Amino acid sequence: MPINHFAKGVKTVPTTDSSRVLAPPAPPGWDERAPELPDFLLTSPVWTDELVHESGIPVVDVPFLTVGGGMGSFAMIDCLRIAGVPTNQMKVLTNLRHPWENYAYLTGVSQLPPHYRIRSDASSMPDNIWGFPSYAVRRAFRSRSPRGFIAPLWNVLTENVFTDYWTPLAGEVFDGMRREADRVGYWDCVAHGQARMVRRRAGGGYFTVFTTQGAHKQRVVYRSGYVHLAVGYPSIRFLPDMQDYRARHGSGHRFVNAYEPHEQVYTDLVARPGTVVVRGGGIAASAIIHRLLNDREQHGAATRIVHLLRTYVDGPHGPSRFMRRRGRLGWAHQGFNWPKAAWGGQLKVRLEKLEGEDRRQLWELMAGSTTPYRRGWQRQLAQARRDGVYTAVGGVIDRVDRAEDDRLAIVYRDNATGTPRTLAADFVVDATGLIGDLRSHRLLHDLVEVSGAARNLWGRLDVSPGFEVRSLRNGAGRLFAAGAVTEGAYYAPADSLLGLQYAALRVTDQLAELGFCHRIGSGRSIAQWCRRMRGVAP
Amino acid sequence: MTPTLLGRWQSRLFVLATAGLLWTLLVTPLLPVGFATVSETYASTFAAIGLTAGVGVLLWEPVYQFLQQFRWEKDWPAMFTLLEGIPEGALVFFLLRDVLGFDVRLVPFLIHFGTTWLVVFLCLHGPLRVVSVRWRFRGGRLL
Repeated sequence: MPINHFAKGVKTVPTTDSSRVLAPPAPPGWDERAPELPDFLLTSPVWTDELVHESGIPVVDVPFLTVGGGMGSFAMIDCLRIAGVPTNQMKVLTNLRHPWENYAYLTGVSQLPPHYRIRSDASSMPDNIWGFPSYAVRRAFRSRSPRGFIAPLWNVLTENVFTDYWTPLAGEVFDGMRREADRVGYWDCVAHGQARMVRRRAGGGYFTVFTTQGAHKQRVVYRSGYVHLAVGYPSIRFLPDMQDYRARHGSGHRFVNAYEPHEQVYTDLVARPGTVVVRGGGIAASAIIHRLLNDREQHGAATRIVHLLRTYVDGPHGPSRFMRRRGRLGWAHQGFNWPKAAWGGQLKVRLEKLEGEDRRQLWELMAGSTTPYRRGWQRQLAQARRDGVYTAVGGVIDRVDRAEDDRLAIVYRDNATGTPRTLAADFVVDATGLIGDLRSHRLLHDLVEVSGAARNLWGRLDVSPGFEVRSLRNGAGRLFAAGAVTEGAYYAPADSLLGLQYAALRVTDQLAELGFCHRIGSGRSIAQWCRRMRGVAP
Repeated sequence: MTPTLLGRWQSRLFVLATAGLLWTLLVTPLLPVGFATVSETYASTFAAIGLTAGVGVLLWEPVYQFLQQFRWEKDWPAMFTLLEGIPEGALVFFLLRDVLGFDVRLVPFLIHFGTTWLVVFLCLHGPLRVVSVRWRFRGGRLL
């Protein structure tokens, strides 16, 4: 008899509202207030049961643990539930209220709020491992008009030929995840708090130190056979020029990062005319320029935009006729973060077979800041170019200073001539991205420095094609990693929605071989898909 | 879709051998073939499916895969798969009529081939992922 979770009203959380997200999730650093771990634990890369017992910290046994609690952990739990693992066998250690909280925050502040289209295709569905029926089909069947029914289906049929890629709204993705989390009982697995470190256990498996959230902060050690790390991007990228500016001038009001709250930039530019320098050629830069141009059109802002690109792309580029990406007027154009075949086509197959320097070469050929070609954006940009309010320049910032009139004086080096030029602006918005440096994350730093996790050519965690941190395999225990911390691995789009699901599937396959869950073969896949369509628990 | 050549072959053969054959079984007796017997009609519709599989594997898929190399994304948009049906259908029709000597008529052939193509197209863009959850990560390979 299937259990209908919806009818029984299990734990659920409200979906993210569509207002602009302004505060980062979970204040960092409160774990500092918990009593320090004893030295004999801190310095030892391998812990025995006796050692942990001696420390007096309570031990909780759970076979499978995922650290992070974002999209990566969600995909993992979802996949394992489909593979038949009960919720009491798994734990999610997280400081997030719901899996999409950090994602919603980062996309929200970088101007892709829940009612905007994200850069993801119709069948990359964190709430549906099969990607069928896709978001486009879902939207078609929810529509109440014939036009609303046909439009998304026509778009996916003709995408990348006659039309741009169909993409879901951020809010659609979050809503779907909330429903799936309810269905699979995700919330029952969650423990709120801060995971501090993962250490190997003598005899196999791992210990994970965790401080619970709430008024009573309690330290707990989880003992588990399998640990999955999906902690996301360790930090925002603050380039040296920005760090230098902030060290000298204190305030970060005029020189902001796209991934930190910077609504004051837009408010100020609507109130008075100004110039803003946007740095970066990716989706965040596109979204910010789109917002600035929308403010011009809708709120009468008199903003001038100087778009500074380290690599100014003036046409199709690539080493051969068979590897040429389109681009023009500064931008490199590509539907998604990676060429589409990097997720599951010939580029994925090729990358998986390459090692070392060869892998780095293919990786670098496919990487780079790109933005999707969307007709609406192109029209808006073309109009802004004609009006003289948007200029794209190839160059690199040398230095940013505060001018006497409280504005910014920017010295940048022109790509074409290499000569330094100066530019006066009211704001600089840095949209060069997030950073996967392991040293910026306490747990990962500990994993590398104390436990000795191997790093790859990129300095990130070295993982197998199945996302296992091979260097820390411990007896029957397995340590896995997913997402941005595996950059440079055998799978390029590891930090995308579909990439996280791919990683979850690969991990599930290995756990099935170890006897922890069932393999998702055709029979189970079809049966579980039917259960999902009926909205009943796996 | 982002197929590899091996994935293209396997997907084509699998879908034609399952949904394609099933659909052919169902639709053949309903085709407007005049006085032709049911067995004659089945012979020509099954031959059409067999030719679509054979010519596809030997000729069309390698051609598509070559053309795909000119695309940066190394993808094969849904529209392409749908439009492939036109040259493929034309070639199968002429092979059936002029080489193998089947007495095929244009209208029933168009109905059978067109609807089968549509069924195959729909299976490739969704249901196949339910049969094999790894299919889309393996360039369309099932094995």
